[in-house]
Amino acid sequence: MAEILTKSRARNIFYGGSIFFVVVFVGMTVHSHRYVVQTSTAGMPLSEEVRHGKHVWEEHSCINCHSLHGEGAYFAPELGNVTTRWGVQDSPDDAFWMLKGWIESQPSGLEGRRQMPRYELTDEDIRALSEFLRWADQTDTQGWPPNDAG
Amino acid sequence: MKYQSQKVAYWYILAALALFGIQVAGGLLAGWVYVSPNFLSELLPFNVIRMIHTNALIVWLLLGFFAAAYFLVPEEAEREIWSPKLAYLQLVILLVGTLGAVGSYLVGIHGGREFLEQPLWVKFGILVAALIFLLNVSMTVLSGKRTAITNVLLMGLWLLSLLWVFAFINPDNLSLDKMYWWFVVHLWVEATWELVMAAILAFLLLKLTGVDREVVEKWLYVIVATALFSGILGTGHHFYWIGLPGYWQWVGSIFSTFEVIPFFLMMSFAFVMVWKGRKTHPNKAALLWSLGSSTVAFFGAGVWGFLHTLHGVNFYSHGTQITAAHGHLAFYGAYVALNLAVFSYAMPMLRQREPYNQVLNMASFWLMTGGMAFMTFVLTFAGTIQTHMQRVVGDYYMDVQDSLSVFYLMRFGAGAAVVIGALLFIYSMLVVRRKEVITPGPANPVPGE
Ligand code: HEM
Ligand code: HEM
Ligand SMILES: [Fe+2]
Repeated sequence: MAEILTKSRARNIFYGGSIFFVVVFVGMTVHSHRYVVQTSTAGMPLSEEVRHGKHVWEEHSCINCHSLHGEGAYFAPELGNVTTRWGVQDSPDDAFWMLKGWIESQPSGLEGRRQMPRYELTDEDIRALSEFLRWADQTDTQGWPPNDAG
Repeated sequence: MKYQSQKVAYWYILAALALFGIQVAGGLLAGWVYVSPNFLSELLPFNVIRMIHTNALIVWLLLGFFAAAYFLVPEEAEREIWSPKLAYLQLVILLVGTLGAVGSYLVGIHGGREFLEQPLWVKFGILVAALIFLLNVSMTVLSGKRTAITNVLLMGLWLLSLLWVFAFINPDNLSLDKMYWWFVVHLWVEATWELVMAAILAFLLLKLTGVDREVVEKWLYVIVATALFSGILGTGHHFYWIGLPGYWQWVGSIFSTFEVIPFFLMMSFAFVMVWKGRKTHPNKAALLWSLGSSTVAFFGAGVWGFLHTLHGVNFYSHGTQITAAHGHLAFYGAYVALNLAVFSYAMPMLRQREPYNQVLNMASFWLMTGGMAFMTFVLTFAGTIQTHMQRVVGDYYMDVQDSLSVFYLMRFGAGAAVVIGALLFIYSMLVVRRKEVITPGPANPVPGE
């Protein structure tokens, strides 16, 4: 490296530049935070039920088999758009009954097929979960996923 | 070993190696469930196995970083560690936390954010351990000699600990949860950990090649500058499809493309230093791991990262086996291999012996690296087919998976090679064999020009 770039210059560029990028990033984060609350997830209220559903989702670590908006594990189907795939996005009752039917028929026990464990959930929990999934599905995700297969 | 207190590193390395074993065993088990899905499905579901696999990985890599810090900070600062007692206390806290986490996963108690599933008390334990660590190494450095290596190392460790705060911030709004989750995950592996990696690599190259410190340290600052300039805004490559504004598609694509640069520089740095170096250090295994780490990191993080980082590509590949392929090679090259380089370098000194078992150690390098490379290739093929069938054609997820089984079988085979390699590595570290299994070739006859 040329002599113009001395060690102390390199160090100063590192510190100065990093501070600059941190500041820009924080600014964009603040803007994005507002955008999420006011625009991209504003289509449906973040109700008590949805919040509870998120906790049920976390308590059972669904994310370590499934993906949600494309993040998580790759062992089981994408769930960010599952209510669309099931055609129940606009109907809380249908979403609840579909999900209840699904959860209560697990594990399938089919030989050679990936198994989803059986979770003993109350109707209230299932209802919360289906609302959480409907809520996730209404998020404006810039058109992702490309199709209903997820 | 110049300073008595460096011995602390020895216990950290032992703990790290044990968890490394658990991590790859967990991976192999998870890989087997892909092949034979009914296996253990009632007793130990896939999600629990996966949590153990990924959490063990993160914790042992951190233990390795702590070991590296406790080993190199005394040498750089030219004084004993401020408080070896605190260092042991920190290790005990981390081990209790780790065992607690694994135990609670096994009985079904865990959080639900990927990689951050640790129960709250374990998260606090990690925070306390990190604070003890920072206090200890900072006091050591402040009262001793300060070098660019310890500067960058400490900065990386301070910042990564600071980011841990976001492990406690879990908004009820899913999109916000995801955004702040990446503050830990991305800003760890693609910003702060890179600082740690570059500093450790600089230390190893300094010792192994004998190149002038001024040269090494200038490289170091240039590398970490490119890492942060690209990596901070590069976080945007995770913000495309989770409910954040559309401008991240451009910001993320452009800046994360620049993220290739620090990995390219680290690879170049390692080779240039070896060519320039005038010293032939007897620890060839440590040199192999250092060169291997920076090279595989360039491919795993740089090339495989770039492969799917542009938003036009990521729209189709997001959350497929492509991601898993990249995650494996990147973690392996950048952080697993680097830690194994440090262990290979430090262990003989910590045990006050000549470097021994070099042949076994180097064989384990090729076995593990070959295994991880093969795993990456087969997952990349699987992911390409998955992307086409599922994202382009629109076939249902489970049907697509059924047509990928041959790749999962090969992934399992690759995983078995990695596990054997890991066991061989651990053996070569811990078991004393004064004679090499075969006579090693001659050391580099003419170093430098
Ligand atoms: C050593 C450094 C790196 C490590 C350890 C690493 C690791 C990972 C891991 C584990 C994931 C999956 C996260 C999840 O579970 O969702 C991931 C995702 C990703 N990484 Fe990296 N990575 C590194 C560097 C890079 C670089 C340099 C680039 C770009 C040039 C990159 C691009 C990406 C992208 C685009 C994704 C998202 C994939 C998706 O949409 O599913 N990574 N990385
Ligand atoms: C014995 C060798 C290994 C096997 C068979 C294996 C297998 C697996 C499997 C099956 C998964 C879950 C993928 C899914 O969600 O569907 C996984 C995830 C993961 N493994 Fe491994 N693994 C092995 C070694 C490693 C090593 C050495 C590392 C670190 C370098 C590693 C890092 C990871 C990471 C970061 C994830 C999460 C990936 C993501 O979210 O994208 N694994 N592994
Ligand atoms: Fe990233």
